[in-house]
Amino acid sequence: MTFINYASREINCKIVYYGPGLCGKTTNLQYIYDSTAPQAKGKLISLATETDRTLFFDFMPLELGTVRGFKTRFHLYTVPGQVYYDASRKLILKGVDGVVFVADSQDERMDANIESLNNLEENLQSQGYDLSTIPYVLQLNKRDLPNVTPVNELTQELVRKGEPVFEAVATNGTGVFDTLKAVAKQVLTELRKG
Amino acid sequence: MADTPFIIQEHQFQRIKSILARLCVECAARAVFLVDRDGQPIAFHGEIGEMDTTSFASLAAGNVAATSSMAKLIGEDVFPAVVHEGERESIFISVIGRSLLVVVFDERSTLGLVKIRTKRASHEVAALLDEVSRDSEAISASNNSFFAEITDEDIDSLFS
Repeated sequence: MTFINYASREINCKIVYYGPGLCGKTTNLQYIYDSTAPQAKGKLISLATETDRTLFFDFMPLELGTVRGFKTRFHLYTVPGQVYYDASRKLILKGVDGVVFVADSQDERMDANIESLNNLEENLQSQGYDLSTIPYVLQLNKRDLPNVTPVNELTQELVRKGEPVFEAVATNGTGVFDTLKAVAKQVLTELRKG
Repeated sequence: MADTPFIIQEHQFQRIKSILARLCVECAARAVFLVDRDGQPIAFHGEIGEMDTTSFASLAAGNVAATSSMAKLIGEDVFPAVVHEGERESIFISVIGRSLLVVVFDERSTLGLVKIRTKRASHEVAALLDEVSRDSEAISASNNSFFAEITDEDIDSLFS
């Protein structure tokens, strides 16, 4: 749910990065965090296991600038990708304004991508949202690896509604900000519609 | 489709701030926060210092979300309050509908006092947030809000 405060002149929106385990959701946030000026970001909070797997969520607030005098702040969250953390994923989707699905392009992860995408649709529905109407972007990550599925095959399996699709290598930042911009733009466009 | 935006108007924000300021004094608390259950900070009052209030709000909401789900797993509908007691600093979180009233206090106060004072303030906050929700829906439905005037250029300028 977008929060608009007329007193402090702020717009706060929530964006969730979703996808199968080890697809690069946290790496997206880490790259954004590392590449953003200190005054535009808050702390990157990671609730992770000792082996750096996301346990509950990662979170960072990011200020993009002002629209007509209102500061726009995006709260970026990741979900834990591992199948058995489904209860946590549902909680993090509450109040979401936009979703990025990070797909792992490696051949052997196709089934995991499909399972996670189906899980996203179910969990959105359980929170009263519909993937077909919520701001949504698909990112095809890990395009630098040798064993990747061709883009047309991935999009054939994973595109749900003609959403923007970005090829990415989150470890070096390729496609990371394009993905973020695309989803942020959709969220603000939704806000304008009222 | 996403939810209706939650639009806090200036006079409502000032009323929230004044409830928090009074509660902070009544509880002898270090700080008091009002946080949305989805993790958005709404307002705060007190000795904040260098505290990262945005992260604090997000973690408080995550904490309540997790404990509420645990409540359901053991057959309880909801835990209306969550307490964390530290050696010096403690946190009391009261769940008010879709919001959380979070009191940070130290040895200058007691859990009993915080609970009593927070209960009374919770009713006021709940009524005020109901009003904000109703007004938000009316503003969004009227389509007369300032946001209807946002242009593509305004949005593009954020990313240039």
